[in-house]
Amino acid sequence: MRRLRAWGPGLLLIAPSLVALAVFVYGFLGWNIRVSMSSWRGLAPAHDFVGLDNYVALLGDVRFTHYDVPNIAIFTLVFVIGSLVVGFVMAVLLDRGVTGENVFRSVYLFPMAISFIATAIIWRWLMDNGGGESTTGINQLLADAGLESWRSDWFKSSSRWAIAAIALPAGWSLTGYVMSLFLAGMRGVPEELREAARVDGASEPRVFWHVVRPMLLPVLMSAVVILTHISLKTFDLFYAMDQKNIKIDTPALYMWFTTFDGGFYARGAAIATLLLLGVATIIVPYIWYSVREERRK
Amino acid sequence: MTAVPPARGHGRIRSPWANYVTTARYLALFALACFFLMPVYALLITALKSPSEVSVVRMWQWPHALSLDNFAIVWPKLREGFTNSVLMALPASVLSSLLGAANGFVLSKWRFPGADFAFALILFGMFIPYQAVLIPMFQVMSYSGLRGGLYGLILVHVIYGLPITTLIFRSYFAGISEELIEAAKVDGAGMLRTFVFVALPIAPPAFAVAMIWQFTSAWNDFLFGVLLTNKDRWPITVALNNIAGSQAVPFNEAMASALLACLPTLLVYVLLGRFFMRGLMAGALKG
Amino acid sequence: MRRVSMSRAALSFTALSALVFTAPVWMTACSKSKDKEPAKEMAKEPPKPVPEVPKEPAKDQVEVFSWWTGAGEQEGLDAMIADFKTKNPAIEFINAAVSGGAGTNAKAILANRLQAGNPPDSYQRHAGLELADDIKAAKVEDLTKLYEAQGWKDKLPKGLLEAITIDGKVYSVPVNIHRANLIWFVPKTLQALGIAGPPKTWKEFLAQAKTIKAKGKTALAIGPQWTQKHLLETVLLGDLGPEKYTGLWNGKTDWKSAEVTAALDTYKQVLAASDIKSSAADWQPAADRVIDGTAVYTVMGDWLDGYWGRAKKLGFKTDYDVAASPGSTGVYDFLSDSFTLPVGAKHRAAAEKWLIECGSVEGQDLFNPQKGSVPARTDADKAKYQAYLASALKDWQDPATKIVGSLAHGVVANNAFGSEIDTALGIFVESRDSAGFATAVAKAYAATK
Repeated sequence: MRRLRAWGPGLLLIAPSLVALAVFVYGFLGWNIRVSMSSWRGLAPAHDFVGLDNYVALLGDVRFTHYDVPNIAIFTLVFVIGSLVVGFVMAVLLDRGVTGENVFRSVYLFPMAISFIATAIIWRWLMDNGGGESTTGINQLLADAGLESWRSDWFKSSSRWAIAAIALPAGWSLTGYVMSLFLAGMRGVPEELREAARVDGASEPRVFWHVVRPMLLPVLMSAVVILTHISLKTFDLFYAMDQKNIKIDTPALYMWFTTFDGGFYARGAAIATLLLLGVATIIVPYIWYSVREERRK
Repeated sequence: MTAVPPARGHGRIRSPWANYVTTARYLALFALACFFLMPVYALLITALKSPSEVSVVRMWQWPHALSLDNFAIVWPKLREGFTNSVLMALPASVLSSLLGAANGFVLSKWRFPGADFAFALILFGMFIPYQAVLIPMFQVMSYSGLRGGLYGLILVHVIYGLPITTLIFRSYFAGISEELIEAAKVDGAGMLRTFVFVALPIAPPAFAVAMIWQFTSAWNDFLFGVLLTNKDRWPITVALNNIAGSQAVPFNEAMASALLACLPTLLVYVLLGRFFMRGLMAGALKG
Repeated sequence: MRRVSMSRAALSFTALSALVFTAPVWMTACSKSKDKEPAKEMAKEPPKPVPEVPKEPAKDQVEVFSWWTGAGEQEGLDAMIADFKTKNPAIEFINAAVSGGAGTNAKAILANRLQAGNPPDSYQRHAGLELADDIKAAKVEDLTKLYEAQGWKDKLPKGLLEAITIDGKVYSVPVNIHRANLIWFVPKTLQALGIAGPPKTWKEFLAQAKTIKAKGKTALAIGPQWTQKHLLETVLLGDLGPEKYTGLWNGKTDWKSAEVTAALDTYKQVLAASDIKSSAADWQPAADRVIDGTAVYTVMGDWLDGYWGRAKKLGFKTDYDVAASPGSTGVYDFLSDSFTLPVGAKHRAAAEKWLIECGSVEGQDLFNPQKGSVPARTDADKAKYQAYLASALKDWQDPATKIVGSLAHGVVANNAFGSEIDTALGIFVESRDSAGFATAVAKAYAATK
C-alpha cells in the first residue's frame, strides 16, 4: 500500500492526459483503421467490412505507387539531410561566439514563425520558372548575379527529383530550429572536456571531432525524428505551392483530395493508416532506443 | 551544464589562418542571413505596392510609391480573427505547457510502474496526421456541444500539444539532479508540492521552448480553427485564407496580411528567445 | 534561505496558475461584448449568470456558407445581403464565407458539418452533379415545391433546368451563370503578329501556334492543374461538338472511340503549344502573360473579364477581346453557383427566405453585375449588364444557343468521377498517353456512377 501511495499521485496527475490521448489519438486511429476496411464512399458512411481490399487497391494505384511514395521519400531525404547539414554548419559558425550572435540567431530562427501557407505564397513566386522576359524570382537574382547557368525549373522540372525543390522553402522554415538544437548541444558540452583535449595537444577541428561530436548524438536523433515526422505530415506547403500538381503529390495530399474532393473516405483512411505506419517505422525504433539509453544511465 | 562560448584565443593554439577563418565565418553567416531574409524582402515590397504594380514578373522591383495602404485595407479584415487567435493561442499554449510540465515531471522524477510505456504512448500521439482524425474529432466535438466557441478549439490544441510538451519537459526535468527532489521529500513534501515548489520554479526555460512551439502551432493552424468555431470566433488564419485564397488573389493584400499575421508569433519569439536557448541547452528536446 | 525563496516562488506560481487556469473564462469574458453566441456557449462559464433559454428568439438568423470572399464576389454578396435585410428585417444574416471553396476547403468543412448533422442553414455548391453526393446521402432538401411556389421553372432556361434536375427533382437555386468556353486575346498582339482573328477550330489554333512560335512567343498561357482541366473540356467540346461532349460524361459517348482519341491528341498538341513547362502558379499571372504580350491566347472562364476589366482596369474590346473557344461557337458551356437547403437546418424558414432572395430578379440583378457573371433567370434587367456581360447575356438567353455543362466546375461530373479524372489527367499530362487516359476515365466513370 505504501508503494501505491508513493507513485499513485503521479499516475493520477498524468491520468487526464492519458485518457484524453486515448480518445483523441488512439480512439480516432481505431476509427480510421475501421473506415479503411470498409467501402465508404460519399457523404453517408458505409459500415460494411471489406478487409484489406483498399490497401491492395492502393498498391495498384499508379498515383500512389508511382508518384506519392517516391515523392515523399525524395522530399524527406533532401529536406531532412539538407536541414541537418545546413543547420549544423550554421551552429558551427555560431558556436565560437560572434558579435551580433543574437541577431543572426533570430534571423535564422524566425521563418519558423511564419505559417506554411504564407511561406508557400512567397516561395511560389520565388521559384517561378518563367523564361526570357518573364524570368523572375530566384532565377532572376541568379541571372543578375551573372549565374545564368544556375537557373533552375525548380519543382516544374521534368526530373524525377522535382519535388526536392520544395525542400528549399521547408528548409528555410525549419533549419533555424535545427541550428538551435545543434548549438544548444554544442554549448552544452562542458568546457573542461574541451580544455582537456586541447591541453593534450589537439587542434580545434580534432577537439570538435572527438569531444563535441559524440555528445551531439542525442541531439541528432531528436532533430531527425522531428524533421522526419514533419516531412511526412507536411500538407499545407504543397497544397499552397501548386495545387493538384501530380508531380509534387504526396500521400498526405492524395489523402486529403481523395477524401474531401472525391468522397473516397475508405481509400483516404487507408492512405492515412499507411502514412502512419511509415511514420511508425521510424519513430518506434527511436523511442525504443531512446528509452533503452535512459535505462542504461 | 552551464557552458559559455570560450573567450577567443584563450588557451588555444592560434594558427596563422585564424583571421582568414574569422572573416570567412562572418561572410558565410552574412550570406546565410541574406538567404533567410530574401523572401521577407520580397514579401515586404509586394505588401508596399499598389494593386496595379503587383506582378510576379516585377517582384524584385522597388515600388514606385511606398504605400501602407495595403496594411490599412487588410487590418479591418484581420482584426476580429486576430483577437480570436490571441484568445485561443495564449490559453492553449500556456495550458498545454503546464500539463506537459506536470506529465514531464511525473514521467521523469516521480515515476510509476509502466511510466516508460506511458511516455511512449504519449509521444506517439505527436505523429498523427491531422487530416486522418479530422472527421471523428469533429463529430466528437460536435456531439459534446463544444463546437462553435473557442473552448473546443483550445481543448483540441491542448490535447494534441500534449505529446510535444511532455517530451520537452520530460527531457528537461531528466536533467535536474535527484538531490533536489530528495531534499523536498525529506522535508515532507508530497508529489504536488514538489512539483509546484521545486520543479516549476526552475522550469521557465523549458516553458519558453514549449510555449514557442505551441503558440506557433496553435496560431498557424487553419483546419481545426475553421472547423471547430463559428464565424464570429474564426481565428486569423481563416481571414488570411480568405484574402489569399479567393478567385482573384490580391497579392499585395495577401502579402501584407501574411506579414501582419506573423507579428504575434515573432513577438513571442523575441520575448522568450533568451529562455529558448537556455531551455534547449539544459536538455529540453535532447533524446 | 531556500524556504523563503520557495514560498515567494510558490506564491507567484500559484497565482500564475490560478490566473492561467481561469484564463479562458476571464479572457473571453473581456470580449463578451462582441459575443453573439447562443445560450449553449454561456452555459460553460460558471461565474456567468443563469443563461436565458431562447424559446422564441427575438431575432431569427440564417447562417449562409459560401466561398464568395474575393473582389467582386464580396461586393455582390453584400448587395444581396442588404436587399435580403430590407425584405426580412427580423432575420439576422451570418455570412460564413470561406474562400478556396471552389476547391477543397469548403468541401472539407461542409463534409464535416453535414456528417455531424450540424449543417449551415444554407450553403453554396456548383449547380449540377457536384451536388450528387449530398443528394445521395439525403443531406439536402428537394426544392420542387419552392420552385413551383416561386414560378422559377418558367424563368430558367431549359438547358440549365435539365442540368440541375436530378431524378425529376431540383435541389438548388442557381444565382449566377459563368461561361467556360472562351478564348481571350489582345487585339494589338494579333495585329502585330499578322493574325486575322482568333481561331475557329483547334486545327486553326495549332496552325496559328506554329506562326506564333516562330515569332518567339507562347501561343497559349496556362496555369495550375484546374486550368488544364478547363482547357481539356474546351478542346473536347470544340472537337466533338455539344452532343458527343455531353455524352462523354453520361456514358453515351465511347471514350475509346477514334474521335475521342483524336480529340485527346489535339489536346496534347495544344499543351505542347502552351507554356505548361513554366506554367504560372495561378490563373491571373497566366492571364497577365497575355496582357504583357509574351503569350497570345488563354482559355479561361468569363471571370477573367472581371479581373482584366475591374481589377486591372483594362478596356473590353480595346485592350482585350474574347471569342468562343475554338469549335464552340453557339455553344454555352456553363457553370453556376447555387444555394441549397440542408436537411436539419436550424433555421429552416429563414433559409427558405434566403433561397427566395437568391432566385429573385432583384437579388440576381444586384449580385451578378458586381460579380461579373450573368443571371440565371431569363427575365433579368438587361440594362444592368454592360460590355462583355451584355453579349454573354444575349448568348445565354438566345433559344438557339446550345447549353452544355462544365466538367472542371462541377456540372457534369460528380465529385468522385471528377476527382478520379484529376488523377488520370495529371498522369496524362506527364505521360502523354491518350489511350491510357481514355481507359482510365471510362473505368472511373463506371466505378463512380
